[in-house]
Amino acid sequence: MKNEMELTFDAISNNESFARMAVAAFVSTLNPTLEELADIKTAVSEAVTNAIIHGYENICGYGKYGEVRPCFWPVNQGKVQLNCLLCEGVLHIEVKDEGKGIEDIAQAMEPLYTTKPQLNRSGMGFAFMEAFMDELEVESAPGKGTTVRMKKKIGTGAWIGSEE
Amino acid sequence: MEDFQIIDNCLMVKLPVEVDHHRASYICERADKYLLEENVEHVVFDFEDTRFMDSSGIGIIMGRYKKIACFGGKVYAIHADRQIQRILTISGLTKIVEVLA
Ligand SMILES: Nc1ncnc2c1ncn2[C@@H]1O[C@H](COP(=O)(O)OP(=O)(O)OP(=O)(O)O)[C@@H](O)[C@H]1O
Ligand SMILES: [Mg+2]
Repeated sequence: MKNEMELTFDAISNNESFARMAVAAFVSTLNPTLEELADIKTAVSEAVTNAIIHGYENICGYGKYGEVRPCFWPVNQGKVQLNCLLCEGVLHIEVKDEGKGIEDIAQAMEPLYTTKPQLNRSGMGFAFMEAFMDELEVESAPGKGTTVRMKKKIGTGAWIGSEE
Repeated sequence: MEDFQIIDNCLMVKLPVEVDHHRASYICERADKYLLEENVEHVVFDFEDTRFMDSSGIGIIMGRYKKIACFGGKVYAIHADRQIQRILTISGLTKIVEVLA
């Protein structure tokens, strides 16, 4: 079995929940456990949030009435690309931005390292992606953008294969 | 919706169903207003309604902890389900936050 999807959306915080729900719905054909679903949603949320707030430096989103919140920040233009592939019971996720990129990837991936402590970031994003997914790979170049690739085996892969 | 209440010297923060970056800025903003204006010593985060949290939640808790810890304040987490407890543990927050059933 192979199934693929591609999504492109604006880099605004409103789309964080949309992105993780889309992936959760996409993977549902593999009958993931609730815990697997929660893991996947957290990892997607981390990667997409990073693209938005670090890649494009979009701190804000739109509030209930369409107003920009917090109001003193501009909304930067930029798109986040989210690609998923289901193959042999493994979910592959790719989150891509064409934002400012990361200078030192190894340092960025260290737990508690953050370049935005003033914005209540904890520096745990990459640590969560690592903990909740089986594989994590980060590719980035300053000025060009960042691509995060993650893989996770979904427990029920075996019966999907035997069903066909 | 998030909800704030002051009981004695505690600020009770009822967190929303999903705690992510989009919601986090509102919560931090409002919590800090209470910390600044009211006589609050401890902060209690109530996860009763919360079904999803990412590192933004860790940022909310860590940030509030830093503001009250220097005055001897404590941070508590209540009604956290298994997944939230896992996230609190992996992030090391269980060292500074008391998780109550
Ligand atoms: N897509 C990206 N583009 C540019 N920089 C990034 C990107 N993703 C991560 N970074 C850099 O890596 C650092 C660490 O990321 P990580 O997600 O671990 O922590 P954080 O986002 O700062 O905090 P948290 O995720 O806990 O809220 C960030 O502070 C940022 O400097
Ligand atoms: Mg992050």
